[in-house]
Amino acid sequence: MTTPIVEIPAELQSYWNNLDCGFPRVGEVFPVCMQRALASLSNQGVEAYIEQARFLGKMGRGAEPILIFLEAWPEIAKSVGEDTLQDIMLFIRKMWKSPNGKAIVPFLQSLPVTARRLPSRDQLSDYLSIALDLMERTTGSVHGIHQTFPSPGLPEMYKQIQVLLSQLSLAGLKKWVDYGVRFYEDHPERQIEYFSLQSADSRAVMQRERHGTLLVDSDRKLSMYMRGLWQDEEMLIPYSSAFDELRKPMPYYDKLGIRLPDVYDDFVLPSPAGTDTQVRVAGIDRYRATLAHIIGHRRWGKAIFADNMSPFQRMAVEALEDSRVEYLAMREYPGLRPIFAALHPIPAEDACDNTKESGVRHRLTMLSRAILDANHTYKNVHIIEFARRFHELMQQGESSTQEIAELAITFVARTRLQSDNLPKTHFKDTEIGYRDDNRHMWNFMEEDDEGEVVDQNRKVESGEELKGLPPRHYHEWDYNSQSYRPDWVSVYEGLHPQGNPLDIDKLLEKHAGLAKRLKKMLDLLKPQDKVRIRYQEEGSELDLDVAIRSLIDYKSGAQPDTRINMSHRNDGRNIAVMLLLDLSESLNEKAAGSQQTILELSQEAVTILGWAVEKLGDPFAIAGFHSNTRHDVRYLHIKGYAEHWDDGVKSRLAAMEASYSTRMGAAMRHAAHYLEQQQADKKLMLILTDGEPADIDSKDGRILIEDARQAVKELDQQGIYSYCINLDPKADEYVSDIFGKQYTIVDNVAQLPERLPELFISLTK
Amino acid sequence: MTNKDQYKVGKEPFYQAQGDEVTLYEAAYAARLPVMVKGPTGCGKSRFVEYMAWKLNKPLITVACNEDMTASDLVGRYLLDANGTRWLDGPLTTAARIGAICYLDEIVEARQDTTVVIHPLTDHRRTLPLDKKGELIEAHPDFQLVISYNPGYQSLMKDLKQSTKQRFVGFDFDYPTASIEAGILAKETGVEIGLAAQLVKIGQTARNLKGHGLDEGISTRLLVYAATLIKGGVEVKAACRMALVRPITDDADIRDTLDHAIAATFA
Repeated sequence: MTTPIVEIPAELQSYWNNLDCGFPRVGEVFPVCMQRALASLSNQGVEAYIEQARFLGKMGRGAEPILIFLEAWPEIAKSVGEDTLQDIMLFIRKMWKSPNGKAIVPFLQSLPVTARRLPSRDQLSDYLSIALDLMERTTGSVHGIHQTFPSPGLPEMYKQIQVLLSQLSLAGLKKWVDYGVRFYEDHPERQIEYFSLQSADSRAVMQRERHGTLLVDSDRKLSMYMRGLWQDEEMLIPYSSAFDELRKPMPYYDKLGIRLPDVYDDFVLPSPAGTDTQVRVAGIDRYRATLAHIIGHRRWGKAIFADNMSPFQRMAVEALEDSRVEYLAMREYPGLRPIFAALHPIPAEDACDNTKESGVRHRLTMLSRAILDANHTYKNVHIIEFARRFHELMQQGESSTQEIAELAITFVARTRLQSDNLPKTHFKDTEIGYRDDNRHMWNFMEEDDEGEVVDQNRKVESGEELKGLPPRHYHEWDYNSQSYRPDWVSVYEGLHPQGNPLDIDKLLEKHAGLAKRLKKMLDLLKPQDKVRIRYQEEGSELDLDVAIRSLIDYKSGAQPDTRINMSHRNDGRNIAVMLLLDLSESLNEKAAGSQQTILELSQEAVTILGWAVEKLGDPFAIAGFHSNTRHDVRYLHIKGYAEHWDDGVKSRLAAMEASYSTRMGAAMRHAAHYLEQQQADKKLMLILTDGEPADIDSKDGRILIEDARQAVKELDQQGIYSYCINLDPKADEYVSDIFGKQYTIVDNVAQLPERLPELFISLTK
Repeated sequence: MTNKDQYKVGKEPFYQAQGDEVTLYEAAYAARLPVMVKGPTGCGKSRFVEYMAWKLNKPLITVACNEDMTASDLVGRYLLDANGTRWLDGPLTTAARIGAICYLDEIVEARQDTTVVIHPLTDHRRTLPLDKKGELIEAHPDFQLVISYNPGYQSLMKDLKQSTKQRFVGFDFDYPTASIEAGILAKETGVEIGLAAQLVKIGQTARNLKGHGLDEGISTRLLVYAATLIKGGVEVKAACRMALVRPITDDADIRDTLDHAIAATFA
């Protein structure tokens, strides 16, 4: 046993003996730590402290664990309570017994931050169980007996815990961890990327689980706010506020739109001492405040030239102009005042030491506060005078950016101090979060011209790059987690290549007999518009035949029938149809008992159906789809709603080809967004397929089936009735899982040309 | 003979003219031209017709049109009674007989084939044939036909036939300008002009959202309701939410935006 370099004071000697630790570095810090522990822990607490530290020292992981623990625990115990130590130690022992011993140090290092974020025993133990779950599920084993490989993700998560807990609630953290474990269980490198927040989907999932008001969720509300209250319209573009710790981006606007943070938490103003009344500004109101401010600039502001002003002057002009547009906005909507007042910081008058730091920001914020809040307590004569001058100016009307700039420059001149040039600036309570960065306020003599040239060049380039339509991304349902995988599938859409339209006419000739029969059925289906309903107690008109009969009954003393009126009913037909064709490789096989391939038979069937629906006059679209992994789902237009059954459509139909696989859910979602835009009472999506949903990048066959099931549910919510026509005789096993009862299996594929139109007619009768 | 006086408008209805519509209407009536009044819901179409009937001191017969209305609802029909059948005049026939102004409200709600029965009354003939009864009515010299409709919210299907449209002279109504509308609210309900102006502002917020989730903005009528509630002692914001927001939308986003507009307007 080595003797410590630092003398252990006599009163701590017994604790030192109990600790029984030989690391010299521990000896160095022990007296200080111990004194802190004695000051803040109970007697029992101190005993447990020593006992657990002793265990950490003997664990065989070097001096680091015990060092961190000795230093950090007294502080942590204060916020989470001493008895939490049991839970923590239990967890550490579990890590120690597993191959994850290396993660103990990162865990202990992350503990102070964690405890600050989760200041109760319940929350902390929830957190520990999340970590335990992560550890157990990602610790690798060979041959499934012993766990031999440490979890790659666990230490990474501890390193990111500060960011994670500042953005996510515990429930969100759990989902985030869950996602990572599920998808990267077998892939150590990707797992590390995920848990160290480097991979894109890691950030995407985190984004989705964040607490607060997300811009994406409130986009519509805010657009309405702008349009309704301010008659203004602009794109709202989110920027991420999660990953820039050093320099927080600010809201701003330019030609492309208004940039806002992607999320705002509710803003809670610390309640003044001795009161319980908390001022709370909801996230959505913070967005509205920011928008009101920006729109104020857009409505009442005018860019001025910056070249002749010093930086301080520019700051002052910006601050006063901010106050001016807010003043005008509040004149329009007085209810904005409490929101602005709550969000605007209140710098204490004496907070800034003008001899040591630059107080420019501090002074301007005080002035801004004084203008906003008539009940301010500032004594500074300049502040009071300029607030008064500001209000006098505003009494006369809207004032202008130029006028305000003059006032601001006078303010700078009047309050200038020697210390303003000091490198250290007083920042506390001077950041006004809902204000934008005012880049639009300034014109620059020279740079401006160059800026335009750069912009023009860029536009030309982007025009050249755009060839096909950009892909649309769709979520995919993951039944294991009962959640969507965000933007998982990319759907590329395009026109189907063209062939010879005469082929289709030939097909129609071939089925001339069938067409004739169909025509008869169609004539019966055609809307008659008015149908007479007789025998009504109340109706629009007297039905004379029945009335006379009743009268005779009445006169002859019998009980007359009182249902002597008739009325009319409209019998219109208003239905939009989307036919979605599975064009996967399997269609190239020969149909059982036929010389033709399934593709050819489908082609015939679609031809006849297309012809029939055209006769009927319902809005009708045809599209095909196939997929080659989730990155490449192709959606091919064959007929659009606006097109008639003409040569263009026929030629595309004639060129129908089959290849790749069947990722049905994404194609259905994409087709639905076209069908949804149709104005019709009933919307019908027919899906013609020959097998179950499958793709080569999906090992678990259930996933795509469940996803298709989910897509059917989504369609249902959008008021779209989906119906599957399946050519796979063995389809019973899965098709009802997807479509419920809304399907038909056509066993004899050779009959498809006949069955498909019949099915359609019976569905829409 | 039907009692003519029951259709007279007794008290002067309050109507705030927005332009020269009163003189123009008087000129149209002098020539007995059929009149069409167009405009969004609750902007004062019916009030205008009522006011003109009062001003001209003529009886006014109003028919609210609906989809189930048939020609016989307008013209009249045979009813059964103990001794056989009995003819009952419809409102249009009554008006033509007694010389009233017949006001067909929301005419496009009626089906187009129903609307056709008014044709002989609205051109030089000014007659109404009752084919079931075998009678041809010559319209009373004071008779005039007025129709109203709201071109905004009806679907494409519900439009007037060209042959119907081209029998009328037209008035286009819209919500009054902010100051006039505030004046109307103040006069109609007795609220202060400042409060009335704030209510109008909320109304305009909703009108800006027309077509973006709202089929129709907040009408003057609803603003009057809100003012009435406030006058009756209801708290301002609660009255606005109840009278202005809840009736017009089920869309949570719009409701939220309008609620915020109320909160922002009444600090």
